[in-house]
Amino acid sequence: MTRFLLPLGIFVVLVGFLLVGLNLNPRQVPSPLIGKPAPEFQLQQLHQAEQTLTSKDNLGKVWLLNVWASWCVSCREEHPLLVELAKSGIVPVYGLNYKDQREDALRWLKQFGDPYAVSIVDPEGRTGIDYGVYGVPETYVIDKKGVIRYKQIGPVTVDALQTKILPLVKELELQG
Amino acid sequence: MSLTLSFSLKKVGGAHKGDGMRNTFLGAMRFAFLLAFLLALNPVWAKEAAPVAADPEIEKRMTTLSEDLRCLVCQNETIAASRADFANDLRREIREQMQAKKSDKEIVDFLVARYGDFVLYRPPVKSTTLLLWFGPFILLLGGAIALLVYLRQRRKQIQEPQLSDQELKHAEDLLKERKGNNA
Repeated sequence: MTRFLLPLGIFVVLVGFLLVGLNLNPRQVPSPLIGKPAPEFQLQQLHQAEQTLTSKDNLGKVWLLNVWASWCVSCREEHPLLVELAKSGIVPVYGLNYKDQREDALRWLKQFGDPYAVSIVDPEGRTGIDYGVYGVPETYVIDKKGVIRYKQIGPVTVDALQTKILPLVKELELQG
Repeated sequence: MSLTLSFSLKKVGGAHKGDGMRNTFLGAMRFAFLLAFLLALNPVWAKEAAPVAADPEIEKRMTTLSEDLRCLVCQNETIAASRADFANDLRREIREQMQAKKSDKEIVDFLVARYGDFVLYRPPVKSTTLLLWFGPFILLLGGAIALLVYLRQRRKQIQEPQLSDQELKHAEDLLKERKGNNA
């Protein structure tokens, strides 16, 4: 009987590894930018092309940067949540319109609602590269000092809002 | 280039109309040239999704470098091989940085700062990757030790039994007895 114990033990350990491995999401690549200053940008606004927004304009407040595009299917999934979040006034959401056409983006916002304090455009995805964007939508939580504190890869969900984003925003608001 | 080549061969072939042997030979030559040319081209097609060969030198460097970089969208493809928009953008970025005389290391550092070590197909050796790098060797060593221990034990088990003096004498007597019977 004891001679089966060793193979059985090895089998159980292997199953344990596989169980953990299969439950990891390979799409969730941890961002090295967390805890680092948000990369600087100076980009045209979507609605008023003659005006720009820079990353420094938001210093002193906690804000979300939501990377979106009209061609992005998952963006529709999270959009109602963002609209609701914007209405609540808890935290301002800024939009980074990623590799999109201006007309398409404007039409999209008209159709689904515009939650963004300001939307800025990154038609060639260059600011996207600076922020390590690889799958739209992505959402960054940036603190008062302009440091990235959290990155949501993929659509914002009710669960992510309640367990991570909103508690973090609350905590960051309290900080100086 | 292949076009002009086959065209000029056609002209030569036409000049010698009637000479069947020569025509066949030229046809075969033309075919061989084309085949060689296409085969030479093929690996380039396989590696590069959308080549922009403004400067072949930089293009080559970019391809070599991006073959060691993982595309984060289609995670089992290199940035060199992937047709994803994301890989296209990164190839453009690498190309531009090479044109700006950045070294390979600077470009890799730039990408790692944004996408993490995950972008590297060859992860660096550091405390979090020690198990990844040396785990297989530890397993191999463990296996080798287990095998050695097992073989030693087995050798002990199958060792010939040692006979005591009395048993030896008894065996000798039996053999002698048999000899006596035979005689």
